[in-house]
Amino acid sequence: MAVDADEVRREGQPSIPGLGLLKGLTVTLKTMLRPAVTQRYPDVKPDLPARTRGVIALKEANCTVCYKCARECPDWCIYIDAHKETHEPAGGGKGRSAKVLDRFAIDYALCMYCGICVEVCPFDALFWSPEFEYAEYEVDELIHEKEKLEEWTYKVLPPPPLEDGAEPPAESSGSQSAGVPGVETAPPGAAAATVAATSVPGVRSVSPPETPAPAAPPAAAPAEAVAVSTPEAPALKAQPAPSTEHKEVSLDQETFDRVLAELLDKGTDRRVAEGQARRAAMIAARKKAEEG
Amino acid sequence: MIAQAGASFVNDLFNNFWVVLVIKAVLVLGFFLVAPLVVGYMEHKVLAHMQARLGPWYAGRFHGWAQLVADGVKFVQKEDVIPEAADRSVFSLAPAVVMIPYIVTVVVIPFSHTIYAENLDIGIFFVLAMSSVSVIGVLMAGWSSANKFSLIGALRAAAQLIAYELPLVLAAAAVVMQNGTLSLIGISESQSHVWNVAWQPIGFLIFLVASLAELTRPPFDMPVADSEIIFGAYTEYTGLKFAFFLLAEYGGIVVLSAVASVLYLGGYLGPPVVASLLPAPIWMAGKIGALSFFVIWLRATYPRLREDQLQRFSWLALVPLALLNVMVVAIVKIAVK
Ligand code: SF4
Ligand code: SF4
Repeated sequence: MAVDADEVRREGQPSIPGLGLLKGLTVTLKTMLRPAVTQRYPDVKPDLPARTRGVIALKEANCTVCYKCARECPDWCIYIDAHKETHEPAGGGKGRSAKVLDRFAIDYALCMYCGICVEVCPFDALFWSPEFEYAEYEVDELIHEKEKLEEWTYKVLPPPPLEDGAEPPAESSGSQSAGVPGVETAPPGAAAATVAATSVPGVRSVSPPETPAPAAPPAAAPAEAVAVSTPEAPALKAQPAPSTEHKEVSLDQETFDRVLAELLDKGTDRRVAEGQARRAAMIAARKKAEEG
Repeated sequence: MIAQAGASFVNDLFNNFWVVLVIKAVLVLGFFLVAPLVVGYMEHKVLAHMQARLGPWYAGRFHGWAQLVADGVKFVQKEDVIPEAADRSVFSLAPAVVMIPYIVTVVVIPFSHTIYAENLDIGIFFVLAMSSVSVIGVLMAGWSSANKFSLIGALRAAAQLIAYELPLVLAAAAVVMQNGTLSLIGISESQSHVWNVAWQPIGFLIFLVASLAELTRPPFDMPVADSEIIFGAYTEYTGLKFAFFLLAEYGGIVVLSAVASVLYLGGYLGPPVVASLLPAPIWMAGKIGALSFFVIWLRATYPRLREDQLQRFSWLALVPLALLNVMVVAIVKIAVK
């Protein structure tokens, strides 16, 4: 327990013999009378810090299939399959090619959570997600595919605001306020939070599709070509890509508000509650989109 | 007619030496099986909270009260492994030799001036003699396991017993001298005005420390020091036999707490003014509980002594102090007369 430095120093000096022994007894007794710090995990979900490094999540729309992550991964545990597509512009002219992601999987039985893939990804497609419950009964099943990786991005929280007096990040000049639901308007001096928020998955998808996120402009073009069935492309889409692929959906606001209120009532930390509510809202929105 | 016959039959039954013997044996055994579990559970919980944890939580639904019952069931299911090089018969006998002395000492512990299994005139002598028998079991276990860690542990236990038996007996002797009786009930009764701890606080401390060492409880747990000799003499044991050793340890805490409260804290007598508020057995149980808590509290607080510190502490500090204690008590007793 926290014994202040003064107390320690005083103990070093000659004093009544046995006093230290008695002090030790009071420390344990006091600790016993304080409430335990144990988090009763399976019953009560832990309130993890916003930047918890639980699992690697993939925001598919941002991925340009550059293979950087796969090549840098020290364990070679990222599997990427892709093919090339050429799109004829509607008005004629030279065709544009784009890589289309067929498979993106990470073998979590091999991954050592070094975070190198997150560091090297030039397009902010990989994130640390606070999700940590993805154990399986078979080792083989620890290879998680991109649908699962995508789902985990919903839980990624915007980074906490910078401390007072901290140097603003370099990109903050181009800051653009995205109408982020649930995220309180950043206090003055914390413009960084807004900037970062725009580059966070889930949050970004709320902004209108024609506004490219400032953090990842190069990602915008291919992402649009692949993910959203843009009017110019469909004619050439003869590949067997399943139609359930990936749909850009926006938050289901109703679910978001409901889950957020529920969690806040339960006393969950606001940041964590927002993340979980966003996740629930995204899943609900996806379901709706699939049904309708 | 029939009722009368029935009553006299019941009377006969309870006057029959053998029937009474069996009933007493069952009660003593029952106490020995239940009380250590309570103390063991207390240790789980108290240790946990002293380390800011919760401790057992799920077994039995309410705060894990059934944790030790579940542990017992687990021990029964385990395979009974006997090492190939072990001396099989000695190896199997050792747990019993460790445990039985503690069961036997329960016999003389009084819970009120009428509730006890046996009132021996030499009560305290019997307790001290019995409690040192169990170390023979530890030696047997250590030697027969054919394992160097077991042997080291057993020899440490024996050396520790020799060193700490002396202050233990001397402290108890001072009490006996003051109260003029060896019977545990006699000692309790003669404290009806003032508890012995008021006259002999030093003796009380010596007795507590020496009994901790005798039980090889932290901070005197050199014989089972897990960071250096695994689990001492018990290293090779599994399943029920291992459980017996644990039971003996907690049984030992109960027995020595009981003896310490009889010798120094008035036994089943409550504190002079408020004694009549609660029945005698409750006072006794409360004192056993409080002293057991103290034993656990020490475990949570202090690191283990080194072997040489442990021996030095006994021979150079406790034994002279205990001798002095006896001398002072003797002189005062004669002077007062
Ligand atoms: S965290 Fe490290 S080991 Fe895991 S996928 Fe990324 S680069 Fe590979
Ligand atoms: S996740 Fe990032 S680094 Fe990996 S292929 Fe996609 S864009 Fe490249």
